[in-house]
Amino acid sequence: MASFTLQINGKPQTVEVAPETPLLWVLRDHLQMTGTKYGCGIGQCGACTVHLNGTAMRSCSLPVSAVGDKSITTIEGLSEKGDHPVQQAWLEHDVPQCGYCQAGQIMTASAFLANTPKPTDAQIEAAMNGNLCRCGTYTRVKAAVKTASAKMG
Amino acid sequence: MSTIKTAVNRRSFLKVSAAAGGGMLLGFGWLSSCAREPETGLEIPESWTDINAFLKIGDNGVVTIMSPNPEIGQNVKTSMPMIVAEELDVDWQKVVVEQAGLDTEKFTRQVAGGSQSIRQSWKSLRTAGATARRMLMEAAAKEWDVPVSELTTEQGTIHHKSSGKSIDYGAVATAAATLEVPEEVELKDPKDFKIIGTSRKNVDAQEIVTGKPLFGLDVQKEGMRIAMIAHPPAFGQKLKSFNAEEVLNMPGVEQVFAINAAPEGIELQWSDTNAFPELVAIVGRSTWEVMQAKKALSVEWETAESPESSVGHEAALSELMDKAADEPARRDGDPGKAFQGAAKVIERTYAAPFLAHNTLEPMNFYANVTADKAELEGPIQTPASLRKTVAALLGMEEAQVSIMLTRMGGGFGRRLYGNFGSEAALISQKAGVPVKLVYTREDDMTQGTYRPAYKVKYRAALDADNNLLAFHVRGAGVHGSPVFENRFPAGAVAHYLAEHHDLGSNISTGAWRAPRSNFMAYAEQAFIDEIAEVTGQDPIDFRLQLFEKAQQSPVGENNDYDAARYAGVLKLVKEKAGWGKPTPGLHRGVSAYYCHNSYVAQVVDVEMQGSTPRIKKVWCAVDCGIVVNPDAARNQIEGGIVDGIGHAMYSAITFKNGSPEQQNFDRYRLIRNSEAPLEIETFFVDNGIDPTGLGEPSLPPIQSALANALYRATGQRIYRQPFVSENEVLG
Ligand code: FES
Ligand code: FES
Repeated sequence: MASFTLQINGKPQTVEVAPETPLLWVLRDHLQMTGTKYGCGIGQCGACTVHLNGTAMRSCSLPVSAVGDKSITTIEGLSEKGDHPVQQAWLEHDVPQCGYCQAGQIMTASAFLANTPKPTDAQIEAAMNGNLCRCGTYTRVKAAVKTASAKMG
Repeated sequence: MSTIKTAVNRRSFLKVSAAAGGGMLLGFGWLSSCAREPETGLEIPESWTDINAFLKIGDNGVVTIMSPNPEIGQNVKTSMPMIVAEELDVDWQKVVVEQAGLDTEKFTRQVAGGSQSIRQSWKSLRTAGATARRMLMEAAAKEWDVPVSELTTEQGTIHHKSSGKSIDYGAVATAAATLEVPEEVELKDPKDFKIIGTSRKNVDAQEIVTGKPLFGLDVQKEGMRIAMIAHPPAFGQKLKSFNAEEVLNMPGVEQVFAINAAPEGIELQWSDTNAFPELVAIVGRSTWEVMQAKKALSVEWETAESPESSVGHEAALSELMDKAADEPARRDGDPGKAFQGAAKVIERTYAAPFLAHNTLEPMNFYANVTADKAELEGPIQTPASLRKTVAALLGMEEAQVSIMLTRMGGGFGRRLYGNFGSEAALISQKAGVPVKLVYTREDDMTQGTYRPAYKVKYRAALDADNNLLAFHVRGAGVHGSPVFENRFPAGAVAHYLAEHHDLGSNISTGAWRAPRSNFMAYAEQAFIDEIAEVTGQDPIDFRLQLFEKAQQSPVGENNDYDAARYAGVLKLVKEKAGWGKPTPGLHRGVSAYYCHNSYVAQVVDVEMQGSTPRIKKVWCAVDCGIVVNPDAARNQIEGGIVDGIGHAMYSAITFKNGSPEQQNFDRYRLIRNSEAPLEIETFFVDNGIDPTGLGEPSLPPIQSALANALYRATGQRIYRQPFVSENEVLG
């Protein structure tokens, strides 16, 4: 057990956990922030995506001890009122079916658009390829990323 | 307008009573956060009045509509309340939706399965809304002392034209609730629908995109522990012994014990299908700590039944393909003679592997079992069956067991089988603490309840003029044949034979989105495409001729389809896709299928980029009767198409020594974003018929539309799923 102070959504949070505990479970079990999802635990599905200093990361494969003082953004903190352009685009296209993968999709898309504001179709697919959607909302995901890009432009 | 007797539904209504002042009928905390329009918000009423099981009305006119059925992503939590709101005649902006828990007194069929939620509840939802509207009008009529027939309603307000009076629902709700439930009520004429048939956003969308706790895995409760299970690594094995001591001193680990979810003398339900009733349970403080203990735990398993393999399944299914069934499932005419006299016989065999459901949210359930009651909460498609089993296992009355429904991170049939709910209850009872049982992805993928492996052999007899004389289908599957003997082309061919074979197995199987159809549509429609080619006909014209025949002079009895509706979707997709005008570089395939009472026809355009197929566009024509929520319905259709493409192209569970060789998404390949169609266009037939299934019917035919397009792209017919391992050209 060790003590870690993490910067999450702009607030410091201290947890007592084993150093190898993945950030995913620190968020979900210790901080009751369940917006970040578990899908595979091995970096294959993207359901657990968060931002680490603005970069999309798989929190299931990131030991809490590796976070250091980097700032973490989760779906709960992506925007204050749930109105980030990506979230708005997701609502406009009514993307979710079951909704389980969508926090991860949104976190991947928002980090991607921050670096690539005017992506090509191929860039969108490449960026979103790490996020599985078992319900098959991919066609809407592609469209919503484009809409979000237009909003951010 | 049509009149409907309410009496048949009376059992499902609450005793009509006004709520006590101040109304604590739901936790208000969530109300403000769940309004779809956060800026406008909805005033929290001072009091609520229950009108019936489906709805309550606040004194300010806000209406809460209960969504009775489990939500697995098929969007019933939006579409079912829309139907109530339609007949109630209320402003959708003033509606909030609440998920009902299991309540068999108030609601019938709280099941998500078979694409039946809307179809089976259509009348009762409409009646609930219409009855409430009628009672509100009667209350206003009494207050104004005018005949109820002179009143009209509009968006939550009652008007009396001649006196110019009007009153909001909220102001008469309490009085209405004291009235007798009318014997019969009038339902709207579908052409007067204002909400049904218009696109309304998913009522949970705002919470989904902001990461609110909605799912079973998100449940957190006071004093709750995390539980995990260890099941045998191979089918055919069972628990022998385990060493709890080794892990009990690991951090966060509290208890390790065995449970049995199928003890002798306990009555189980069909939904308790489960290959591994005897398990080791580990209970502890946090998910990660319990996961570590699960890895460290040494368990001895023993072989109880001989282990199976995919090689063995393949051989056994192949053998059945050469064996006549003892009794045919259906025989029309004299197929034996027709095949003998045929000028040409085409014979093809198709196969598909086991598949896992792989809902993205793994199986999980919360349970808090104390001496006198059991409180459960979680994702389950069949809560009523689960309650029966849990009560039996715990030695309780059903009334002592409550089940709250969470939103589900996918279902696809997997959560029809509630073993994880029973396990959570047993673990909580034995551990003496509330627990959330969590399956790892590996537990989830290796637990069983798979879509079974199938094989089917088709034969078609042609005469010298290439007329289809006879048709023969023989199918075999693990735990049952996939063949639907009364479906197309039965009824369209003079000599017809259908046969079933069943292969026993110790691997558990279950319903998987569009059961059996999810394989048969691929095989049948790929075969039909080949027959059309041999006869030198256009694949759509060939099918249309068969439908024409089935319509004009149907062969045999019990033909389980309406040939005119079938032909209708095919003609619609033909027109929309501009069939017959080839685009250079694009390869086309077509398919049509009927299941879950709905008709779907699809055209797909594929472009080859090296050895990788790119699906440029899918056109999809659907006849599922009245469409309640068109944009959400399109989303379901799109999902089914992507799901069908993905599993046909890439996915398989294979076995070696009884163990599944795929345990996580590194080896089980699911379709990804860049493999999904660039565009899907859906067209609904507008025919005013009562709604039929929507969640499943778009999945089956797309597999063959794609197989047929890939044939045109690569020159190779595909006889086995997944396509990528079968077709030499595909990468
Ligand atoms: S849970 Fe992290 S990638 Fe799947
Ligand atoms: S919406 Fe269900 S997994 Fe993506």
